Amino acid sequence: MSDAAPVISGKVYVVGDNIDTDQIIPAQHLNLVPTIPEEYKILGSYALIGLPDDYPPFVEEGQMETAFPIVIAGRNFGCGSSREHAPLSLGAAGLKAVVAESYARIFFRNAVATGELYPMESQVRLADLFKTGDEATLDIGGGTLTAADGTVYDLKPIGDVAPVVSAGGIFAYAREAGMIEDR
Amino acid sequence: MSMTITEKILARAAGRDEVKPGDNIWVNADILLTHDVCGPGTIGVFKREFGEDAAVWSREGVVIIPDHYIFTKDVKAHRNIDILREFVQAQDLPYYYDPGTANYKGVCHVAMPQEGHVRPGEVIFGTDSHTCTHGALGAFATGIGNTDAGFVMGTGKLLIKVPETLRFTLNGQLQKGVTAKDIILRAIGDVGVDGATYCAMEFDGDGIEGLTIEDRMTICNMAIEAGGKNGIIASDDKAEAYVRARTDKPFTPLYSDPDSPVREHRTYDLSELVPCVAEPNLPDKYAVAADRTEVKLTRAYIGSCTGGKISDFIMAAQILKGRKVSVDTFLVPATQEVAEGLMSEHVDGQSLVEIFADADCLDIAPPSCAACLGGPLDTFGRANTDEVVISTTNRNFIGRMGSKQAQIYLASPYTAAASAVAGHIADPREFL
Ligand code: SF4
Repeated sequence: MSDAAPVISGKVYVVGDNIDTDQIIPAQHLNLVPTIPEEYKILGSYALIGLPDDYPPFVEEGQMETAFPIVIAGRNFGCGSSREHAPLSLGAAGLKAVVAESYARIFFRNAVATGELYPMESQVRLADLFKTGDEATLDIGGGTLTAADGTVYDLKPIGDVAPVVSAGGIFAYAREAGMIEDR
Repeated sequence: MSMTITEKILARAAGRDEVKPGDNIWVNADILLTHDVCGPGTIGVFKREFGEDAAVWSREGVVIIPDHYIFTKDVKAHRNIDILREFVQAQDLPYYYDPGTANYKGVCHVAMPQEGHVRPGEVIFGTDSHTCTHGALGAFATGIGNTDAGFVMGTGKLLIKVPETLRFTLNGQLQKGVTAKDIILRAIGDVGVDGATYCAMEFDGDGIEGLTIEDRMTICNMAIEAGGKNGIIASDDKAEAYVRARTDKPFTPLYSDPDSPVREHRTYDLSELVPCVAEPNLPDKYAVAADRTEVKLTRAYIGSCTGGKISDFIMAAQILKGRKVSVDTFLVPATQEVAEGLMSEHVDGQSLVEIFADADCLDIAPPSCAACLGGPLDTFGRANTDEVVISTTNRNFIGRMGSKQAQIYLASPYTAAASAVAGHIADPREFL
């Protein structure tokens, strides 16, 4: 995340409220260790595989990455476990950002601390306004999501975590602040 | 300035006189807890950021308790425990509880207090969302991810935001057959699964005195199910006696100022609470057990950090003594100490193991998380099909115990045991 805040364009994948970490990455895959590069990639292939079966696949069978760079979600995205495998699996699948109405605290924190994806908050319930496959453009720095028809939705400012995000995660932030030594 | 217990603990750990909700502060950790599922990743982050040969910030501060994937043939699960072993050896860590040895414990959140790692007034970070359990002894305890845990491992510090507090005042006494699990399921039902997001859930009131330490653990354990950052109950004589029996390390408890401001204050008369369940697929789907007797079950599960303590099995045994279960009933003691208690504890002269065997429960599993979180396909008690489970665990999300088709009802050990006998959800008061 230390790069300038990006603009992300592509198809959105839309989910509802309370998408918990068991749906993002079911426990049977937690035997994978995310700091081992090959296992990180495999985690990506399982991202969101725990969603109910009426959802279309987020990552197509046999693929390692998703065709959707943006997830649009309802309230309390990422509730449940502290497993960092959750934001990491989404990031490993190639997801760049989630735009949710609200987040569970640990998921949000893990997304920021790892620098794996941008957890953006919407001001209105976008999950009812978009459907999976719609095109959109997310301007992280500008704090907007623009639909294919040109409608612009303002997002909430990223707030307290902005310094951590712009530094590139908790380690980079702590190094900048002189809390820990440079490597 | 008047502060809550959570604010006071965080202020002290940050070396400040006062803090207020919303402040972002660096706090010193007393304990970092990790286990087999998040430990290897945490160690990976620690080595990547601090170097292969870096030493942890405090050998005594790092507690590693493998518990999730222990009794499985899964090769990677075993590999992960080997990663922990190697690290513990290289760092010479005193608090590691190795599977397959006499020192193995089981579920970390039950082992932590049992082994004296939880002390009033301290700060505990753990790579597990149910780390909030340890607020039961007046500590600030919260779950974090591997990256933050790698940071704590190297520095002993973490940047955190001081939470606002939701205060739940519990007055009076529970009726017979109503338990701490019914208190917390009711509270979560009232505030909702995101009602306490970013907040501390503080429990006080004269009703606390009547709750055992294990009851208090059950309550704080599920703070995360309302989105809470921590659950906390100030220590009292009972809590201090519990801690002093398990550790010589000195500690200084802290308490909320009586008038400390909170975001929300709710008051419960415990005598009005009734046995309840949380219906699929969220812990806030509160329903009165007696109103759901039409729900037919295919299995019952008693275990986990929420409902696998010795007091939980004693409750189950009080119901099951002299009766037979009518659905498959899985029993998983949280820790080795609980497993031993199943043999040494008695209800009306009969040991718990005998009561459970006579009631036709399945053979008792060795202590671990087991099917609480589904886990590898060969996990004991894993719901692999469209099972309808009544469970003393803490989460009933889609797929939590294995199959997405399974339906999980969360309940107290009394309600789970009574329902196991009836074959459908039942009010345990009719069985006591
Ligand atoms: S028993 Fe269940 S909730 Fe508790 S630590 Fe283990 S998996 Fe998590």
